[in-house]
Amino acid sequence: MTTPLVQVEDLTIDFGTVRAVDGLSFTLEAGAALGVVGESGSGKSASASALLGLHRGTGARVTGTVRVAGTDVGAADEAQLRALRGGKAAMVFQDPLSSLDPYYTVGDQIAEVYRVHNSVSRRAARARAVEVLDRVGIPDAARRARSRPHEFSGGMRQRALIAMALACEPRLIVADEPTTALDVTVQAQILDLLHDLRRETGMGLLLVTHDVGVAAESVDDILVMRHGRAVERGPVSEVLGAPSRPYTRELLASVPRLDGGRVGGPGPGAAPPGAGPLLEAVGLRREFGRGARRVTAVDGVSLTVRAGETLGIVGESGSGKTTLGRMLVRLEDPTAGRLRYGGREIGSLPEKDLRPFRRELQMVFQDPVASLNPRRSVGESVADPLRAAGETDETRIRDRVSGLLERVGLDAGRYERYPHEFSGGQRQRIGIARVLAAEPKLIVCDEPVSALDVTTQAQVIALLAELQGELGIGLVFIAHDLAVVRQVSDRVAVMRQGRIVEQGAVDEVYGSPQDPYTQQLLAAVPTLDPAHAAARRATRSELAAA
Amino acid sequence: MTGFLLRRLGGAVFVLLALTVILYAVFYVAPGDVAQIACGPRCSPAQVAQVTEQLRLDDPVYTQYWHFLQGIVAGQDFSTGTGVEHCSAPCLGVSYQSDQQVMQLILTKLPVTGSLVIGAFVCWILLGVGTGVLSVRRRGRVTERVLTWLTLAGTATPVFVIGLLLIIVFCSTLQWLPSPAYVPFTQDPEQWAWGLLLPWVSLALIESAKYARLTRSSMLETLAEDHVRTFRAYGVSERAIVGRHALRGAVAPVIALSALDFGSMFGGAVLTESLFGIPGIGRELVHAVKVVDLPVVVGMVLVTGFFVVLANALADMLYALADRRVVLS
Amino acid sequence: MSEALLVQEAGAAPLAAPASGARQFWRRLRAQRAATVAAAVVLLLFLAALAAPLLSALAGQDPDTYHPDLVDSASGGVPIGSFGGIGADHWFGVEPQTGRDLFARVVYGARVSLGVAVAATFLQVVIGVVVGLAAALGNRWVDQVLSRITDINVALPLMVIALGLLAVVPPSFPRPVLIALVIGGINWAGTSKIVRAQALTLKSLDFVSAARLGGRGRWSIARRELLPSLAAPVITYAALLFPVNITVEAALSFLGVGIKPPTPSWGQMLTEADTWYQSAPTYLLLPAGLLFVTVLALTVLGEGVRTALDPRAASRLSIGTGRKQRGERTKERAS
Repeated sequence: MTTPLVQVEDLTIDFGTVRAVDGLSFTLEAGAALGVVGESGSGKSASASALLGLHRGTGARVTGTVRVAGTDVGAADEAQLRALRGGKAAMVFQDPLSSLDPYYTVGDQIAEVYRVHNSVSRRAARARAVEVLDRVGIPDAARRARSRPHEFSGGMRQRALIAMALACEPRLIVADEPTTALDVTVQAQILDLLHDLRRETGMGLLLVTHDVGVAAESVDDILVMRHGRAVERGPVSEVLGAPSRPYTRELLASVPRLDGGRVGGPGPGAAPPGAGPLLEAVGLRREFGRGARRVTAVDGVSLTVRAGETLGIVGESGSGKTTLGRMLVRLEDPTAGRLRYGGREIGSLPEKDLRPFRRELQMVFQDPVASLNPRRSVGESVADPLRAAGETDETRIRDRVSGLLERVGLDAGRYERYPHEFSGGQRQRIGIARVLAAEPKLIVCDEPVSALDVTTQAQVIALLAELQGELGIGLVFIAHDLAVVRQVSDRVAVMRQGRIVEQGAVDEVYGSPQDPYTQQLLAAVPTLDPAHAAARRATRSELAAA
Repeated sequence: MTGFLLRRLGGAVFVLLALTVILYAVFYVAPGDVAQIACGPRCSPAQVAQVTEQLRLDDPVYTQYWHFLQGIVAGQDFSTGTGVEHCSAPCLGVSYQSDQQVMQLILTKLPVTGSLVIGAFVCWILLGVGTGVLSVRRRGRVTERVLTWLTLAGTATPVFVIGLLLIIVFCSTLQWLPSPAYVPFTQDPEQWAWGLLLPWVSLALIESAKYARLTRSSMLETLAEDHVRTFRAYGVSERAIVGRHALRGAVAPVIALSALDFGSMFGGAVLTESLFGIPGIGRELVHAVKVVDLPVVVGMVLVTGFFVVLANALADMLYALADRRVVLS
Repeated sequence: MSEALLVQEAGAAPLAAPASGARQFWRRLRAQRAATVAAAVVLLLFLAALAAPLLSALAGQDPDTYHPDLVDSASGGVPIGSFGGIGADHWFGVEPQTGRDLFARVVYGARVSLGVAVAATFLQVVIGVVVGLAAALGNRWVDQVLSRITDINVALPLMVIALGLLAVVPPSFPRPVLIALVIGGINWAGTSKIVRAQALTLKSLDFVSAARLGGRGRWSIARRELLPSLAAPVITYAALLFPVNITVEAALSFLGVGIKPPTPSWGQMLTEADTWYQSAPTYLLLPAGLLFVTVLALTVLGEGVRTALDPRAASRLSIGTGRKQRGERTKERAS
């Protein structure tokens, strides 16, 4: 019997008074792939860092034993630890831009790491860098090795980081949320690359992710974590197919699925079919910058939103979907095109003439941290639209705000609290309460759940659907996540490079996508069924070749 | 990149022009009886009339200014009472008290100030960056605390206080050093260096504190960034991380600040020069202010402004070059 | 660049201290021992300056009376007695040559030094906040014009212009007022640059967009959403400027073009001490030491204020963990 590649026994990590990991034990055999899945705060990243001894010198208290590729990480001296790091086990981090030094070329950085573990000349190390960059699919690697990180796209940077990990032929790769910062199509490419590399080199893989789908596509075994403890461990098909623990079941139920149905539905307030549109955009266009540096963010978009219905807008980063959303509520001025609200042209109205419409067109923002003023109590933030509308009776304001806070599922007694005392999901609820205070007719939600954990995400989506059914408002739901958009939308528009490439009823667009880009997007979404993963991988390579 | 440089230079020229307008307004228009002030208190009415004629003070203000600007760009002639003297291209006027051309006066003082500033610059960069790096290398230990307090003390001490103390200790009490004096480099390099040693050291002690803080905070900021974690996770040693990756992050701000300091010091390390009796631009300016020699004052302020504007533009460009991530806009 | 440096120097990220009230600020300030001591020293100095007439009366002295009997005219005016004539009557000794009481001169000098610095800092902050806010909130042209004016302001070399101005302004104009005006009027660019940069960052944040959607006007947004968040960086920067202004006043007086005798000022006392350091060293050490202590205390206090207002920037300065502000700021909003 051989010793496992990774052996973790009773690992406990404390950051001050916070216990991040609590008695975690697991093993990983050589060449195997384990996915560690959990929501934020589950201790998954802290555990991954412990494998390379990265908590040393940070003030965190680590107990228990961790053995990686024959090294006892807890007991190893500096030299042994350095030999382990990168040499036997290499780490791939989440944000590829900030994970590379902006001042040095990508090739030099890989060469520097290579020379730490191999006594070779500078020239030989550079050659090795080019070799691994070529291996991870960077075209024209010899030339691109001389570029700095910011000259690479996000996907290329992540490839470069993987190349750095490969450079010293480690026996284990620890990937901490390696695709979270990437678009879904790029994510699929990176996961496919990791899959191929593993088959080719026989490396072990420990993949840390919040996204069950990502794990399902890439690993053999899954370890579900919560509050620093292991909840469940087993082969992917078992854990995802027949979860034995309630938490795992809850987690899986919260994951939005491409083939799932609509949450909620048109309520009694929905406009009768045939009623005129609430908001109509025709040939909407927005440019930034002037002269040679002009960029067209939104390029001739036409769409309509009716009362009581939800229009989903889906697209990858840089597709112009946020700019479009901000134009729809006139936070951004259209460069050209028409925007009609309730039959009136509002696209070119100056700020002061917009006043009567301001409150009826509202927006829920992506970042629950930046969307509330940290220096004002949440009650004051929610009361804002009321005061702006001229309400001066303090008791009435307080009653109304308390009612709204309760409506979105918060304790009305927390009126005087400040935003930092709330969790991300709660802050998003406060944002929704503030929007409701304005009594809007239409709400644009810009990635309202992308910063939230899946279970919280499901709750916020349910709240939005409920409110829509109750109030009959029109919703525009902007997101990068195709499954989420499917869950909430009646109709959907797919955006790419500032244009809408496909638009229609949800079932039609998802069921039989016409545009090749839509097909590519749908093929890239990770599936929860590992049996499908291989087939979908094949579809992707076909689509890429086409 | 070229576009950025051109825009930046264009901006610098604009600021310089605006500077001449402001200086002209403040010094030649606002005070009222300009001819008397410019000429000096001991001038006879005839001389005052001559100055009035020379500065076109009877013309409308904008004509006067135009004449002033013309002198700078194209040069002009001055009547000295006995004859006519030509003052060539960057002409900043003539002192009515010493009959010397202001530009020539500045040119004779420039090597003196240059010797002081360049020597001090070398000292303070070495000392400041060295201290910064050392305190980062020894962070969390006693060395760091000591260095931090020394640096704070350095920023808190006015240069004339430390200069006075140095003179008292090294020249008067211990008598290890000769009293500071300026000997031209071309005349005797050894004497030049000895004479300037104390001024260099006092300037460097004060200035280096600023650089130590900047180096330290930039390096610590870099060390808190994610990419440092990457290199730690790949077994790169702490020494290499501090010396290679963290120090690189401090290069751009240190270069930029150097350019700025260099620029403003050329306008005269006024205090240092006055204190040590070094006959540079700064001391000349103080003298001119005390005797109210208006053309000399305006000329020197303008030249200083020129150096500062130039240094600002240079600092921006160097920063952009050293920090490739800066979006050039 | 200068902008980047200045903002880096003033530190505070706009969202740094969440909802910290004055109470939290004091708590964080008191938690730092060095800052607490510095605050006590500063308080003491201010009290001494305010109570200068009272203190002099208490010592039974005034700053302007000559005591020719206390100096040795044979040696050119060296004070009689050890340590510059320190004794029960003259707590800090007497001035060489004139025999004026040094304790009285020092406390009256504190009035001038601190008063000028307070006024100058106040001017710098007011001008800087107004210009910076207007540039950030106004349209493109307003921003362009104000930013150019700020550039010009940066190009004015403070010491040199101050020297020049002091030469042409008639001597009848009160010097302390003039010096405060000159420092405040020439050196506000830093404040305005910081305010502009921070206001622009804040303006792009979602809570400001939300306020717009709530139906509020531009000035109401500036007052309720922006100003409270700007207070931290502005206070921090002002705390760093204050000791600099003290030094500038002292330097001008030292050069003999600032505060004119007989008004006492620390810088001006130093000039005169320059010629007396061998025969009457206390006369030199007194103003030099006071200047050093004052500026050091103010600098330490400034650092403490920064730490109390922006714990993240502070942790970067003291132990070096913390923020990724640079990356956060440059992140593109459009997606």
